[in-house]
Amino acid sequence: MHRDFPALSHMLVFLFFISLPVFAEENGAALYEENCAVCHGNDGRGGVGVPLALPDFQYAVSDQFLERTIRKGRPGRVMPAFNNLDDAQVKAIVRHIRSWAPGKPIAHPSIKVKGDPVKGRALFAKNCAACHGSKGEGGKGTGVTFSRPRDLPIIAPALNNRGFLYAASDQMIKATLMNGREGTPMVSFLKQGLSEQDINDIVSFVRSFEKQTPVNVTHEPDRNKLASVYESPYDMKETIAALKRAIIGENFRIIRIQNLDSGLVDEAQEDTHKVIIYFCNFQLLNDALAVDPRVGLFLPCRVTVVEKDGKVLVYALNPKRLSYLFNNAELNKLCEGMSETYISIIEEATL
Amino acid sequence: MKKILSLLIFVSSLFFSGQSQADNLLMARTRLSFPEAMLKLQDSIHEQGYTVSRIQRVDIGLTKSGYRTDKYRVVFFGEAKLVKRLSNDYPQLIPYLPFKIAIFAEGEETLLIASNPHELTRNVYPELESTMQKVEKDMLAIFKSMRDDE
Repeated sequence: MHRDFPALSHMLVFLFFISLPVFAEENGAALYEENCAVCHGNDGRGGVGVPLALPDFQYAVSDQFLERTIRKGRPGRVMPAFNNLDDAQVKAIVRHIRSWAPGKPIAHPSIKVKGDPVKGRALFAKNCAACHGSKGEGGKGTGVTFSRPRDLPIIAPALNNRGFLYAASDQMIKATLMNGREGTPMVSFLKQGLSEQDINDIVSFVRSFEKQTPVNVTHEPDRNKLASVYESPYDMKETIAALKRAIIGENFRIIRIQNLDSGLVDEAQEDTHKVIIYFCNFQLLNDALAVDPRVGLFLPCRVTVVEKDGKVLVYALNPKRLSYLFNNAELNKLCEGMSETYISIIEEATL
Repeated sequence: MKKILSLLIFVSSLFFSGQSQADNLLMARTRLSFPEAMLKLQDSIHEQGYTVSRIQRVDIGLTKSGYRTDKYRVVFFGEAKLVKRLSNDYPQLIPYLPFKIAIFAEGEETLLIASNPHELTRNVYPELESTMQKVEKDMLAIFKSMRDDE
């Protein structure tokens, strides 16, 4: 047994050294690049995610706010919860984010703000709802620039979001209301004429969102429902013709009809019993891109007609099967609508 | 000996925990411009043994319809035998074939996104586990190569 010891100790030493990078101080940059940069930009200038390098954001939020945001995300508001990262990794990412604005980050005291949420409700409706929504649901869309010009540098955050309420302390919300955020549309409400007590009342009202029932945003998919399948009473040619009519009837444009394996095999060898009909409604697409520019995964809309064993079957993907991946409640709604459209088209063509 | 083995398992778990990739939405940002990224993406797909079957120019359709947009494409790819096998034996997967990666410009940089095909079959078709694990590995390699910016 002791003969095994040298080999095992060598392996331990080897594993120890190859695991060192995981804990290295500078690993925050690599972790950021792997997990955050795609949305927030390599240098924190923002994209689908908020601009983390914005100086006023950096000075106004605590490390705890950032750490909790990474941990819990913003359910239904694109920012996912990074459960795969351990505490050391989260802290390393925060250190990297802090490197863009040297200086000691603020640490808000944990003292609860005492205000009147009833008075706060009225003040919120008058001063905050225009940007943050009447129920604190936040602005529509995602992030800053992404694939199209945006009117605002940031989208107003959802103040009723469970993740936000977990991450933001009363004192942080109060400080934001008092001071505003330079470089964003968030103004100082002290300068707008509200008193400190008014601001305390608004904070109390925002905190009261915690008592609301959280919206189901996860869209946990039905694992067996990858696709909708309908049997057509017509032959292949007639089914395709009926689908084309139904698609146009739903205000979509046919953009391409091809065999499933087109481009993968020589044209003469293509399987003509599996045909894809691609279609699009560009206004709907434009709206969807504004909700989440990553909707390319659903594009273009399609149905697939398959002839097998004397039957003609029509397949459409279940959009809800993919939408839950995006953590975007607005996109979920669009996908529910798209599911209904697919069903409507196929039923129109096959019933 | 038991202590050594326990320690070995512990150290191994520390190492491998940092390598786990459970994300089902594959995303990458590259500093490459959109045209450069398009070329590199097609090369990366070929390097993993797949054929690019078609490129859908989403931005062209939008622009022609009067909407403003940056460059936006969807790249379809697959491997003929695999697509044939999956579509014949697992028709529920037909709407997800061929595989695709959406690619679009964000200023001077380019973003890519795909769903992990393995996620579609995990817990549904256990017999496809090794096949889809390979597809997942290949797609992760494609995304890694795009992140490398060269």
